[in-house]
Order: sequence, then C-alpha cells, then structure tokens
Amino acid sequence: MQNTFQLILQGTFETLEMTLISTVLAYLFGLPYGILLKVTGKGEILENKVVHGILATIANIVRPIPFMILLVFLIPFTRLIVGTSLGTEASIVPLTVGSIPMVARMVEQSLNEIPEGIVEAAKSMGASPWEIIVHFLIPEALPSLVSGSLINMITILGYSAMAGYIGGGGLGAIALNYGYYRYKSNILLITIVVLIVIVQIFQESGTKLSKKIKHS
Amino acid sequence: MSKKEPIYILNNVSKIFQDKNSRTVAVDDVSFEINKGEIFGIIGMSGAGKSTLVRTLNRLEEVSEGQVIFDGKELGKLNNKELRSTRKEIAMIFQGFNLLLQKNVLANVVLPLKLAGIPKKEREEKGLEMLKVVGLEEKAKVYPAQLSGGQKQRVAIARALAMNPKVLLCDEATSALDPKMTEEVLKLLQEINETLDLTVIIITHEMSVIEKICDRVAIIDHGKLAEIGDVKEIFSSPKSSAAKHLVLPALTGENPFDMTDKKCYRLVFDGRSATEPVIANLVKETGKYVNILSANTRSVGGVGYGQMIVEFPEDIKDQRVVLEYFNKIGMNPMEVSKAVK
Ligand SMILES: Nc1ncnc2c1ncn2[C@@H]1O[C@H](COP(=O)(O)OP(=O)(O)O)[C@@H](O)[C@H]1O
Ligand SMILES: [Mg+2]
Repeated sequence: MQNTFQLILQGTFETLEMTLISTVLAYLFGLPYGILLKVTGKGEILENKVVHGILATIANIVRPIPFMILLVFLIPFTRLIVGTSLGTEASIVPLTVGSIPMVARMVEQSLNEIPEGIVEAAKSMGASPWEIIVHFLIPEALPSLVSGSLINMITILGYSAMAGYIGGGGLGAIALNYGYYRYKSNILLITIVVLIVIVQIFQESGTKLSKKIKHS
Repeated sequence: MSKKEPIYILNNVSKIFQDKNSRTVAVDDVSFEINKGEIFGIIGMSGAGKSTLVRTLNRLEEVSEGQVIFDGKELGKLNNKELRSTRKEIAMIFQGFNLLLQKNVLANVVLPLKLAGIPKKEREEKGLEMLKVVGLEEKAKVYPAQLSGGQKQRVAIARALAMNPKVLLCDEATSALDPKMTEEVLKLLQEINETLDLTVIIITHEMSVIEKICDRVAIIDHGKLAEIGDVKEIFSSPKSSAAKHLVLPALTGENPFDMTDKKCYRLVFDGRSATEPVIANLVKETGKYVNILSANTRSVGGVGYGQMIVEFPEDIKDQRVVLEYFNKIGMNPMEVSKAVK
C-alpha cells in the first residue's frame, strides 16, 4: 500500500511537472504567435498577408495531427534537444510543440472577442501598434486569456498521459504499466480518480480566477 | 473667437470603398471649413457618409481623393509617427463609448497620458482633474460596467480631454443615450467648448442635437455636402431637400395633414414673430381661423424659432383673407400640401 501511494504520488508529481512546464513553454511561444496571427489579419493593425498566411498555415497543419502521431514524429527532434526521447523531461518537448498552435488559436480567439471600437479608440489616441497590443488588447482580453489558458492546460494534461505510451513518465505511464500490462485495475482506477481531481481543480481555479479579474 | 480661423479645411474630399463586387462612394467631393472654437455639426441620414467623413478628420480613414488639412497640416502627407502625434491633438468619442471594460474609470481616463509617457502620479492628478470637469470624480475607482450610458460617455469625454486636444470629434456620441442623458452630455460638450475653447465637431442624425448646441452645420446627403451654414439660417429657411427633410420632419412620413384635402401651410417663426400670438391676432383681425396640425417652436441660440403646420379654412375666399393676413405680418406661409415632399 505504501508503495502504491508513493507510486501515485510520484506519478502525480511528474504529470503536474510535465503539464505546467509544457503549458508555460507553449504560452511563451503561443502567446506571441496568437497575437501575431491576430494583428496581421485582414483589416487589423499590422495587416500582412504573407506573415498571416504562413502563421495560419503552420497552425492549420500542426493542429489536426493527432497528438499520439505528433509524439512519435517528434522523437528525433526531442532527442536533438534533450538528448533522449524517454522520461518526463523528454515528453515536455512534443507536449510544447504540439500545443503551440492550439494556444495560438486560443489567444487569437480571445483577442477576436474585443470589440473593434477599442482599437478605433486606441488609434484615435495616437497609439502605435505595439501600444495597442500592450495597453488595449491584452488587458481587455485578460480574463478570456486566463480561462483559455486553463482549458489549454487541461488539454495538455490529457496529452501528457499519452506521453506515457512512448516512455514519458507521469500518471499515464503508471496507468499503462500497471493497469494495462499487469492488470492491476485498482491502480488504474486510482490514476483515473487522481486525473479527474486534477482536472477539476484546474477547471475550478480557472473559472474562479477569470471571474475574479473580469470586470464586465 | 474674434476672427474666423479655420482648424479644418477639406478640399474635394472623396472616399470610395471598392472591393471585388461593389463600389460605394461614401464621401463625394466634399469641401468645407470648420472654424476654431466653434461647435460644428455634421448631420445626415443613416448611411449618408457622416462616419466615414469624420474618420477622415483623424485619418482613421484614408481619403481616396482630396485633402484634409488640420491646423495647417495636410493629414495625408504625414508619416506614421507624425500622424500619431497629430492624433493626440484630435480627440474622438464614439456612440459605443469604447471604454476599456477591464480598467477602472481613472485608468481609462489616464490611458492617453500613459501613452504619452507621463509619470503615474502626474497623470493620475490630471485624470482626477478631468473627472472633476465631467463631474465623476467619485467614480474614479469604479469599473465602466457599473456606469450608466451617460456616465460612460462622460468618462470617454474626460479621457478625450486628458491630452488637451484642439478638437473633439463626436461620432453619434449621444445616439445610444436616452433624452435625459443626451441633454446631460450635450450640456457638458457646450461647457467644455466655452471654458476650454475647444473646437467640437458633432456627427449626428438627429436635428435636435444640432439645434441644441451647434453654431454651424453641414448637411450630408448621399456622400455629398447638401448644405452648410449657420444653424439658425438653415433651421428657418432650409434650401436643399435634404435640409428640409431633416429640419421639417413633419413634412415627411405619416403626418396629420396627409389625411386632409384642405390646404395646408407652413408658418416659420424666425425669432421675431414667434413670441407674438399670431394665431390669436388672426382671429381678432379677420374673424377667420386656422386649424393647427402640428407645431414646434424651440430656442435656437437663445432666439425662438419654430414652425407650425396649419390647415386653412375650406372656403376659397376665407383662404385668401388668411393668406393676406399672414403675408401682411411678414410670415410668408408656404403651401405644403404634399407638393413639398
Ligand atoms: N469599411 C467600409 N467598407 C465598405 N463600405 C463602407 C465602409 N464603411 C462605410 N461604408 C459604406 O459607406 C456608406 C456611408 O457609411 P457611413 O459613413 O457609416 O454612414 P453614416 O455614418 O452617415 O451612417 C454606407 O453605404 C456604408 O455601407
Ligand atoms: Mg455613422
């Protein structure tokens, strides 16, 4: 029993580690990506057909690829970056890469919700495109960006479980090793319960946080 | 305001929206001037091109042809940086207020100052001062969602004033407001025009707004300048059909005198005669009377103006007597029986 507890604790820790780090990294790239996607669009403040076309195409190609396949496909790239394709750290690479387009689209979506009049007002004040992004778009989209990021985090959590299949750590690997290969269905059950609890916590805190910072 | 100096000169301004399958001439060869310190109205029906026109005044819209000269500078010739600094002199308020909902009132008001790089303490002082001007200092920490429409527009005005602009453009600034709030905002605009000597340009589709506060008005019809002049003049003797349409709404649409076959006349009160009990005198002098179908008299720039639609007696001789009486006292009634439309 003590062992099972430690096992689950360890798995939970790894899952959270993978999820949080991957989410942060995915936003590091995905946030500017999404903003660029938005502002280079037709009629937007930095309209640019070529840049927008390239960004949109990349996102559209990567997004529909099932994560499982992307995971395998990215093994050489992962090796190149972390030196191995096994373990928790290694799965952060495909988790991040695979999530960037999803994050970008989510960010773009949040920015799309801002009424056009806000940009009009910003322009009429003599704001530069950069100032419009920093002082108008991001603050106005913040509650939506926050709730979006929690949704993305939950999706990445789901992906991280899949990473277990190709040698990643975390609860996914435990479920696979104990539940599937060794028929320890109680361990499988526990991992499911733990995952549900984590998702609930993410979901709840996302909604609460977004509500707290939203003023309209 | 001793001598008239233009702040805006528009020379043959046109704006054409062209895409694959449609071409709209939103502004069509418009030329006029707006003077420093005046409250200038731009009125027209919905879709006439008013918003497009006003957006050329801060180059939110590029002109297709012609020039917009603001304070001696041709806007079309400015580079991006010059344009941005010029826009800081041209404030704008909108029908939808366009306040940032995630920032409190004070943060909204100081935003232009933040963009200008003014230190926090200084800009908050200025922001509070602006809120005082619009009478909302106690709302500094409140979020826009908690304000009424009129209050939101006043916050937008405070934000617009924060940079000490030379001009304030108002695009349908009161159109989303109820009459009481409209009154409140118009009064404020008039106040700041007087106290800050700020040129105010008001775009609206409501003649009542123009009447209440504008000195001069341009009437836009299908993208063209139909008429321009002093509000008093245009109100008392509109020349273009667009102006008649706007000034004399009673002459169009469903009106009581549409129902009658009798002769109807329009009496215009030009300030001199409005105060006289014209109708009562008519009865006293001629013994004939007219039926008042509609009447509205209002104060324009402190002078009583208005119009009345009256139905003349049925008898032709009586009609002549009444007409002669009105001509004698200088009312010069205009027959309106359906012909004017
Ligand atoms: N960005 C645009 N693209 C195409 N047509 C436009 C655009 N903006 C305005 N128009 C057209 O120009 C005309 C004038 O519009 P607008 O200036 O908004 O009128 P108003 O403010 O007087 O109601 C309308 O026919 C409108 O459809
Ligand atoms: Mg309009």
